Amino acid sequence: MKKNLLKIIISVVAIFIIGTFYVSLKKTEIYDTKNLVGTNLDNFELNSLNKKLKINQDLVKKSQYTLINFWASWCAPCRAEHKYLINLKRNAKNLKLIGINFKDEKKNANKFLSEFGDPYHYSAADSKGKVSINFGVYGIPESILVNNDLKIIKKFIGPLNQDEYTSILNLTN
Amino acid sequence: MLSNTGITLVILTTLLSVLIIYKSFTELHIENNLINKKIFNLVTFQTTFSILSFFVLIAGFIISDFSLVNVYENSHTKKPFFYKVSGAWGSHEGSLLLWINILVIFSFLFLVFTKHNNKSYLLYTLIFQNFLILGFLIFLLINSNPFSKIYPIPLEGLGLNPILQDPALAIHPPLLYIGFVGSSIYFSAGIASLISNCRDKFFAKSIKPWVLISWSFQTLGITAGSIWAYYELGWGGFWFWDPVENASLMPWFVITALMHSVIVLEKRNSIYSWVIILCLLTFTISVTGTFLVRSGILNSVHTFANDPSRGLYILIFLSLMIFLALAAFFRYSKKEEYNFFLKSKETLILANNWFMFFFLTSVMIGTLYPIILEVLNDTKISVGPPFYSAVIFPFVIPFLIFMALGPKINWIKNKYSRILSNFYILIASILLNLLVYFFFGKYSIISNLIIISSIFLIIHSVKDFFIFFKKKTESDISRIVSHLGFGMLILFIGISHNFTVENDFNLKVGEEKKFSGYQINFNSIRMENEKNYKKIIGEFKLVNLKSNLEEILYPEIRIYDQPETLTYEASIKTKLSADTYLTMSNISRSDYYNIKFQNKPFMIWIWISAILIASGGFIRLIKIKTQ
Repeated sequence: MKKNLLKIIISVVAIFIIGTFYVSLKKTEIYDTKNLVGTNLDNFELNSLNKKLKINQDLVKKSQYTLINFWASWCAPCRAEHKYLINLKRNAKNLKLIGINFKDEKKNANKFLSEFGDPYHYSAADSKGKVSINFGVYGIPESILVNNDLKIIKKFIGPLNQDEYTSILNLTN
Repeated sequence: MLSNTGITLVILTTLLSVLIIYKSFTELHIENNLINKKIFNLVTFQTTFSILSFFVLIAGFIISDFSLVNVYENSHTKKPFFYKVSGAWGSHEGSLLLWINILVIFSFLFLVFTKHNNKSYLLYTLIFQNFLILGFLIFLLINSNPFSKIYPIPLEGLGLNPILQDPALAIHPPLLYIGFVGSSIYFSAGIASLISNCRDKFFAKSIKPWVLISWSFQTLGITAGSIWAYYELGWGGFWFWDPVENASLMPWFVITALMHSVIVLEKRNSIYSWVIILCLLTFTISVTGTFLVRSGILNSVHTFANDPSRGLYILIFLSLMIFLALAAFFRYSKKEEYNFFLKSKETLILANNWFMFFFLTSVMIGTLYPIILEVLNDTKISVGPPFYSAVIFPFVIPFLIFMALGPKINWIKNKYSRILSNFYILIASILLNLLVYFFFGKYSIISNLIIISSIFLIIHSVKDFFIFFKKKTESDISRIVSHLGFGMLILFIGISHNFTVENDFNLKVGEEKKFSGYQINFNSIRMENEKNYKKIIGEFKLVNLKSNLEEILYPEIRIYDQPETLTYEASIKTKLSADTYLTMSNISRSDYYNIKFQNKPFMIWIWISAILIASGGFIRLIKIKTQ
């Protein structure tokens, strides 16, 4: 009797763990970026990095195109793509940039922006990284191009390069 | 061409697996004591084909054959030769082929080297091992084929992430895999032992060398990973309690427990069931770790490539393994009698197992709890270093003391004799700790206790070492070396953790900065072109104001073209007493560079200690061989 109980307990624990793995495996498919393009942006709300302002989907609706860029001061490749973001702010007419500062400290983020220049029209802070994960962010930098219907047009994984910069310009101008 | 050869070899290996399983089953019913020569031949062929297929993949990387998707995605013609070769196991597909190779090679070696006349035990081991091989081969063929072709053939590859181009990381996967995957052989042997009723001493003797091999290599593999993190990630740390790191640490705890329990089984013929549980658990946890890392459910910012279909396959495989192991165990295990004396050596060796299981549980909770919570409650949390320091560190103190005292107690029953000498050693440790305190400055109570107990273990081990050279019989040199290594590891981690000097500031060329006993001059900056990257090299003069020692450091900023990435190479000057660590990063539109300086005492001793721990395992292996 005692032995049977033990068997049952061990089997239940094993099934529970495997079940959990299975469910979370199904969940990771939500994060799969391939399926993101063409879908609509989920509602979100973040605090602005420095201002008293909520950053949410209503801001996205206001401009024809929005590029949401995920970055952090500790992320080396973010520095590499920075010049393209600055140029986008300068040259892309119908595009607004939202920078989401990922798992970072406010002090370091502001230092980064003052040293390299601020390419964003709006800056939001996601210090715990939770909201960014809901956007389907694996690792930063990543960027998502959205139109005013909140439809995701393109997703860029890794630092933006010259080709991607030109394609964003062509799409939005 | 290479693609076809590779796939043919893999398919041949698969067919041979099926054939070996079939032959072994028929052989089981033949009443004699010798295994048919044919089976040996089949296993030899299987091993040859499998190794050849891996060489084909390496050849693909060396000649940059971009008709292979795997080579195209992970290599580049300008990559240095060494990293082309290591690129073969740098990707998921290649590392899976390496994984299969180790499964096959271990099954071959086990068959050849196990001098054992229990035929059904050997055959069952072979059967289960080949089921594992078959499972992973099918996974490779249907989901992760390293020999997939691409058309039209690209002219140039995408390149390997530069942060992965590092010697320590190049050898990290093979070392870790020998440990991880090597444990499969005693998973198979464990089930075989239950079914064939080949138990106790014989079983312990037959698996011991394989436990030692996998343990030693896994220790080295984890060390290589830490060395990479220290030199390459540029944050000056070497262990971050990242889920991926934890996944490699969990099986290590179980193998360590197993290694100690096997000794008890061999010498005292008891705790057979427990040893079996550990055998089954080691490989199960290794595969669980692989599942967590490869499926991407860990949500770590470190994992880039992940594919849920991969995860699903490993999960199905893992469930089959778990239920096979559970079924075999429940069906065949027998009730055992235990009669240990509380103060006997077995009890103290098993004390190791309590600690290992405590550490295992803590790390497992830290790693799995966030996943479970997310599924049940949809909340995301992350468990970081504070959790592990709070839970694990206090228990390291009694653990170290047990490690020092355990081996001193005689088999079966102890006479209280050496209490006085232990007392002297304790006093000596406290005095040495005061010396550390005096030399470096103040630190927390728990660190004090950890340092005292690690010195306690070191003195004990050194004393045993001398006894060994006088008498040469009584003591066990492999244990002494590993325990000494562990004591040193904890001591040096403790010191470097508490007494690292750190500073972060901005400088431009020609400027100097003074802080806490150091002065840094930014002498000059220059640019150089390398084969696959450009680099900006800074020259810094570092003066230690206390000792007036001068050093020149050259940190680099590297700009790789393929893929376009910026990396910061720390300049690390390693001395026996301390490492000086300097990184610089550029600040755009300004002449200033951000400088990060660290002085980390006794860093190199951490690596030396870890290698010492592993060498204990190798020494024991040589001893078994010569006996």
